[in-house]
Amino acid sequence: MNDPIISVRKLTKRFGDFTAVNAISFDVERGEIFGFLGANGAGKTTAMRMLCGLSFPTSGSGRVAGFDVMREGEKIKRHIGYMSQRFSLYNDLTVWENMQFFAGIYGMSQRESIARSNELLQRLNFAAEKDTLVGSLPLGWKQKLSFVIATIHNPGIVFLDEPTGGVDPITRRQFWELIYEAADSGTTIFVTTHYMDEAEYCSRVSIMVDGEVRALDTPANLKKQFAAETMDEVFRTLARGAKRGE
Amino acid sequence: MAAIEVHNLCKRYGKVTALDHLSFTVEKGELFGLIGPDGAGKTTLFRLLATLLNPDEGSATVEGFDIVGDYREIREIVGYMPGRFSLYQDLSVEENLDFFAALFGTRVADAYELIEPVYKQIEPFKTRRAGKLSGGMKQKLALSCALIHRPKVLFLDEPTTGVDAVSRSEFWDMLSDLKQRGITILVSTPYMDEASRCDRVALCNEGRILTIDTPCHIVENFDKRLYAVSGDNMFTLLNVSRAVSGVVECYPFGSAHHIVADAAFNENEFIAQATLAGVRNVDVYPAEPTIEDVFINLMKQ
Repeated sequence: MNDPIISVRKLTKRFGDFTAVNAISFDVERGEIFGFLGANGAGKTTAMRMLCGLSFPTSGSGRVAGFDVMREGEKIKRHIGYMSQRFSLYNDLTVWENMQFFAGIYGMSQRESIARSNELLQRLNFAAEKDTLVGSLPLGWKQKLSFVIATIHNPGIVFLDEPTGGVDPITRRQFWELIYEAADSGTTIFVTTHYMDEAEYCSRVSIMVDGEVRALDTPANLKKQFAAETMDEVFRTLARGAKRGE
Repeated sequence: MAAIEVHNLCKRYGKVTALDHLSFTVEKGELFGLIGPDGAGKTTLFRLLATLLNPDEGSATVEGFDIVGDYREIREIVGYMPGRFSLYQDLSVEENLDFFAALFGTRVADAYELIEPVYKQIEPFKTRRAGKLSGGMKQKLALSCALIHRPKVLFLDEPTTGVDAVSRSEFWDMLSDLKQRGITILVSTPYMDEASRCDRVALCNEGRILTIDTPCHIVENFDKRLYAVSGDNMFTLLNVSRAVSGVVECYPFGSAHHIVADAAFNENEFIAQATLAGVRNVDVYPAEPTIEDVFINLMKQ
């Protein structure tokens, strides 16, 4: 399977006479860490909702994880992983119960779910905490757990929406090592962030301005293209030109 | 008399110690930053100083007034912008402003020249309901409301969280303007790179202050050897680096990894070993420490 895991053409979303996302086209290859950046109000969230099968495009075409974004939103949802900015596991369930719960939601059989949960616990070195209530775990562990639970059904791609907001610098880096590891073993990562140093960790980065994708390339090439030292400078150059009122 | 004096301040919620014997002083007219992640105790500290909570131990004063005994006086002279948007969503921009002016027995016109640099950016939308504003506009309205009674001291709890890099930078420009007008500002942020916009900062983690100083001094006091390394496969390089002799610590840092090194570290030896492990185009050079390097280092102590 070498076809891109995301391939969209002229994807557009209008709300009344407001065009939130205006004809965006791009591909994301399997195993990439794809950074999805944009200024506030650039249309990032709307675009991401369409890619995750949560909102139907007004026009355009494309496929995510093998399914049609115009017609197969439900199937897309089952075949992707998603982790939101805010921690979303159940604090009053144990680590193991959370894993079983989410595996169940994704329709995994009990046997699959048990095998997969054990595998993930082992990989995280977390077997001893199996029966610990999630609410009593330190924030860093909660985050790692949310990430692996987002991959419990072995999705080809995981969407991470500002996964590291408000996290301390050490935990933030441990989280990125987990991302590196997952990408290294073939899982595609689609990630949004406001930390520009994290943009440097991505294989490729796209930057949205006023509903359009204005730049898309590797961090090294983007820095060259905009004669910038850092991704922060690249972002500022592009975002300053934004016409949309935030 | 300092603008804010905090002595041994402690606050517990059940078994959790949110603030663990905090002490520091903010001078009048200073722009003072509390830099730290979630769980550092920043919000609790603001609630104590704004007289919304009482401490379990210790004491604090704002403009000489005690946060427990003199809460009425403090509420008159501080402006507080909480982390969560807490204006009235179903009132318009100007109705919110009028409301807060009325609460403090003043009129918008009396403070207009103070709020103008901030407010004029949202004035074109003054009839729009606050709930319908974008994140950046809500932030400007909240700041306008916090300034309406001409406070001496401003408390801003994570005003730039979730805001993009350009808007964040504009917000700090506004704070510099307010500082010029003599307002003391205590502001918190999880973004380490914003430390440089403050006169002094306290780096905080888990209810404690790790260090307090000017951003320049904090960076100058970093006494370890620091290198930046890069190569073709950064993930492999990260794992390889940790096994090289002389490497105390290696962590991702933007386009390079940072290495904290001891005396045994040798640049050529590092390149040789990383290359042997399969990383091509390995580059090593001494790096200037940043606030974030200091923070990571202090957290590990």
